[in-house]
Amino acid sequence: MAQTNQGLMGGRGAVEQSTRWLRENLFSSWRNTIVTVISVAIIWMVVSAFLNWALFTAVFTGSDGSACNKPGAGACWPFITHKFGLFMYGRYPEPERWRINLTYILALAGLVPLMIPRVPGKLWLTLYLLIVFPIVGFILVSGGLFGLSHIPTASWGGLFLTLVVAIVGIAASFPIGILLALGRRSNLPIVRWVTIGFIEFVRGVPLVTVLFMASVMLPLFLPPGVSFDKLLRALIGVALFSAAYLAEVIRGGLQAIPRGQFEAADALGLSYWQKMGFIVLPQALKLVIPGIVNSFIALFKDTSLVLIIGLFDLLGIVQQSVTADSKWFSPQTAATGYFFAGVIFWIFCFGMSRYSNFLEHRLASGDRRS
Amino acid sequence: MASAGTEGTRSKLSYDWLYDPKTRGIIFQIALLAGVAALFIEIALNTAANLKAQNIATGFGFLERTSGFDIAQTLVPYSSTSTYAQVFWVGLTNTLLVAVLGIVLATILGFVIGLARLSDNWLAARLATTYVEIVRNVPLLLQLLAWYFVLLVVLPSGQNPLRLPFGIAINDRGIYLPAPIWEPGFGAVLIAAIAGIAGAVAIGIWAKRKRLATGQQVPAFWYALAAIVAPPLLVFLALGAPLSFADPHQGRFNLEGGIVLLPELLALLLGLTLYTAAFIAEIVRSGIQAVPRGQKEAAAALGLRPWQVQRLVVIPQAMRVIIPPLTNQFLNLTKNSSLAVAIAYPDLVSVFAGTVLNQTNQAVEVILITMGVYLGLSLLTALLMNWFNARMALVER
Repeated sequence: MAQTNQGLMGGRGAVEQSTRWLRENLFSSWRNTIVTVISVAIIWMVVSAFLNWALFTAVFTGSDGSACNKPGAGACWPFITHKFGLFMYGRYPEPERWRINLTYILALAGLVPLMIPRVPGKLWLTLYLLIVFPIVGFILVSGGLFGLSHIPTASWGGLFLTLVVAIVGIAASFPIGILLALGRRSNLPIVRWVTIGFIEFVRGVPLVTVLFMASVMLPLFLPPGVSFDKLLRALIGVALFSAAYLAEVIRGGLQAIPRGQFEAADALGLSYWQKMGFIVLPQALKLVIPGIVNSFIALFKDTSLVLIIGLFDLLGIVQQSVTADSKWFSPQTAATGYFFAGVIFWIFCFGMSRYSNFLEHRLASGDRRS
Repeated sequence: MASAGTEGTRSKLSYDWLYDPKTRGIIFQIALLAGVAALFIEIALNTAANLKAQNIATGFGFLERTSGFDIAQTLVPYSSTSTYAQVFWVGLTNTLLVAVLGIVLATILGFVIGLARLSDNWLAARLATTYVEIVRNVPLLLQLLAWYFVLLVVLPSGQNPLRLPFGIAINDRGIYLPAPIWEPGFGAVLIAAIAGIAGAVAIGIWAKRKRLATGQQVPAFWYALAAIVAPPLLVFLALGAPLSFADPHQGRFNLEGGIVLLPELLALLLGLTLYTAAFIAEIVRSGIQAVPRGQKEAAAALGLRPWQVQRLVVIPQAMRVIIPPLTNQFLNLTKNSSLAVAIAYPDLVSVFAGTVLNQTNQAVEVILITMGVYLGLSLLTALLMNWFNARMALVER
């Protein structure tokens, strides 16, 4: 009896609690009520339109655009399912795609344990990722050795190319960015001026012009007869561009390190590189992890710009499929394609920002304990 | 100071000048300078050789040549017989147009969303957060392409424009606005408007002096508004409304006359505004959160109303935190407007670094001019915002 009573009381309490919550958070004043009504209207409009498009009026089966070509039809999902391989791997030959998948697995094998704080052996994992993996991965995807057929970068594409540009860009821009930041904080005037000149120049121009420069001017800069791959040119442009932004983030961290740390390192007799490598940079980089991850997210999004110089990354190949493939022509093909590409980009960028948040909290809690 | 004093103990036996950090610094710097110089010389020599081998002209003489192509949107006089230099001006003005409009719109929307994120209203705050998290994490280029596609689908066809009041018409070639025709006497209206603005500034100064001297509040905002609106309106009516509009009318294939806003411009504006607003919202939120709670409580304790607390206490202090990153966003928006090339809006990169470069092949000159423009714009915006920032800092004190 008492139990039932208590249960009832608890139930009534919950109802009361939720009405109170509603009153406090949504209907506390007439102004608040208006905001609530407008918000509900916006949510209703967006959600219902989206569900209609993506589910209720969407086309789920078909083998070409004609299936989606009816009046009032929503998303054209067969376009995605039929082109999924193309979007993921570009024009990489189908029988060879296992090589890309294997590379992904090799990358994840190093990356996942590295990202989980509890797993030991971080040093070995880092060395694996920085030295072993790039060599093995490059041989795997490019081929030409050990009986693997050579696959030119011209047939790389889709999400695979996006990841190549992003990962190589991140890996290359990080050390360059650190060097630039150190250069900007250096006491040697010429070093400082050269790095400031480079950083401010790159930060002052749009990435599109840097990519144009990499694609049309770089060939002119090289001795006649020497030329390199279009992808490599884009990578150089992306890495240098990203390095300049990263340098400014890292400089912020360097400036936040108290002078005493530098002086103590000097007093211990450490050389410049020992001082920076063992004392200053570990603290500075830790401080600016959120900024660094933001730079990486920006770089990941910026990889989509390589479509402007004619490389087919995920967005490039989606754009090409929706504009140039007459087999799949329908009013909703483009919308479906863009939506798909958007979701993929979003998952990666959002994932990175969540991980950065997690890392930030973890490092901050470490500070609190000590 | 780089490796200062670290090796000092070794010099006890024999002073080795090689271990002197000063000497090392000088040697290192000379090496760096020589390296950079060698790089530039190598590049210059290679470029000259390559250009010669490919028979590409050098120098800026190409700017005087006739372009021979049309541009869909020109804010300065231009035709296909104009020179490449004029193409440059068309591209630059189109870039500036989209940048200025985008900055204004993105700032407004960004502030609205940023304030919504801090709203007491749970739903509004969640809605704003969702918006920011979705928009920030999708590439701008993808958003631009998507908006361009959406606009082309949504807008009615060229033959059946959607007609709105005031002679505004919309079709898939753009939004057609009535073009104003200035008739004689309109100059007087402009003069009256300028006088009105001057009067409003004077009223503002007078009201502030009076408040500081006597503590009396004057409804300066309403007085100033009246000073701005009334004189030009009165002059306008007194002169018998010396202004008429040329409405866009149906031509054979399309609407003719009036001012056209290209769908490319609209897509670019939409994309840039919505994207940048998400970043500005975050800046506004963190700026307002950076104002200590005690400031608000103290203001409330003094008996200020909630909106007075916001306007007089919170926002002036938040602005100090907001302005530097806001400047960065304005610069980003300006630079991002170069993505116009992907949807063929005739901006600087699209017409100059695109079409002109393809026609003349003078990559070095064209790219350098284009980069120079963006560098100049960055510098100019930075200077302007620094000036504004300095003013805000003074006002705060």
